[in-house]
Amino acid sequence: MHEILQITLLSLKISITATVLSLLIGLPLGTLLALGRFPGRSLSLSVVNTGMGLPPVVVGLFVAIMLWRSGPLGSFDLIYTPAAIVIAQLIIALPIVAGLTAAALQQLDPDLHLQLYGLGASRTQMILTLWQEARLPLLAALMAAFGSVISEVGASMMVGGNIRFQTRVLTTAIVLETSKGAFDTAIALSALLLTITFLVSWALTSIQQRGAKG
Amino acid sequence: MSSLLKLDGILVQRDRRTVLEVESLSIERGETLAIVGPNGAGKSTLLLVMARLLKPERGQLLFDHLPVDELRAKDYRRRLALVMQEPLLLNRSVSENVALGLRYRGISAAERPRRVDQWLERLGISHLAVRRAGHISGGEARRASLARALVLEPELLLLDEPFGGLDAPTRRQLFSDLRLILSETQTTTVFITHQLGEALELSTRLAVMLGGRIQQTGAPRDVLARPANAEVGEFLGAQAASN
Repeated sequence: MHEILQITLLSLKISITATVLSLLIGLPLGTLLALGRFPGRSLSLSVVNTGMGLPPVVVGLFVAIMLWRSGPLGSFDLIYTPAAIVIAQLIIALPIVAGLTAAALQQLDPDLHLQLYGLGASRTQMILTLWQEARLPLLAALMAAFGSVISEVGASMMVGGNIRFQTRVLTTAIVLETSKGAFDTAIALSALLLTITFLVSWALTSIQQRGAKG
Repeated sequence: MSSLLKLDGILVQRDRRTVLEVESLSIERGETLAIVGPNGAGKSTLLLVMARLLKPERGQLLFDHLPVDELRAKDYRRRLALVMQEPLLLNRSVSENVALGLRYRGISAAERPRRVDQWLERLGISHLAVRRAGHISGGEARRASLARALVLEPELLLLDEPFGGLDAPTRRQLFSDLRLILSETQTTTVFITHQLGEALELSTRLAVMLGGRIQQTGAPRDVLARPANAEVGEFLGAQAASN
């Protein structure tokens, strides 16, 4: 029981950290892609949109190569640590947040930002107002990002190594228990994973729908 | 009268095609300048240049005798207010929409409601204060967007087709309300329209714009009586016939 609690808390800690980081980078990045005028914008947007369907095992392979003891970032000694999983999950979540942010902002009237400037908004005030205006799709982006990282298994396995008490998360534990034939434990862990995903989505959805009323 | 905003040698090009060329235009303090012209004449572009939302290829703007480029864009824009063709209200209550520019300017939460209520009242939409912007009619949305600009008590008010897309009675009512407000506040206003009748009634000075150029400016009656060239005469004639 104690071990399951530890695995659950670690899963949450890793995936929430990765989601928050992806938000910190992805929100400004998606905004730049939606509003910016620079050469290669459309190409960058296509790259980000492609990245939304990035297979976790491919990300896992890439991050493993980077963090491998003899790899370019090997000196940081991150392979098979929770930090390695956070990095991999960040790479998975980032295109989702950036791509959905860009889509959310592009749905707004293209003249809205000019009107906000015309009422005296600074650049920061203009962007904050647009984010608030697009808060429903932005919360959907947040849910999609968290949902994808809490449920992915390939990257966590490859760069975390599924080490007991260190890098074992809910999904990798489910894979292990299933391979041992311990279906009852695997089912219990799956139920736990689904419950967590549901609770987080429920919390975010209720915030989202409160905003939608009026 | 003294000049509030002066445009000098403005040129705007799009895809190497000239869309706006204004050698010289001065907006005097306290006047209501109507700019009329057909669709695509460059009227909205001119308004965006005045609001410093579009950088011209060449030329300069002087606001209160100072080059606008020397002011920070934000500081300059906070001396004016722009109302675009569409009301572009945010998905919030009407009073929150009207308070938007005040919040941008850091006006305290204690003072905002007083000023917002005053302008909701003057535009006859006090009863809509708590209503969501998406749940009001087109005419009410226009009034909200005008209140949102007027509450800022701008030195210069820029209006782009403020009555566009409204049915005749709604348009008429809003028109007379706005005329009253402008005459009371003496706000310097640049007002774009393609309806000559409204321009004649509301403005103290008229500018006719065709093909990206201001063809003629002057007192409305003078322009009407003595068009500067055949194109202006043709445009005014066609407008008069359709009114």
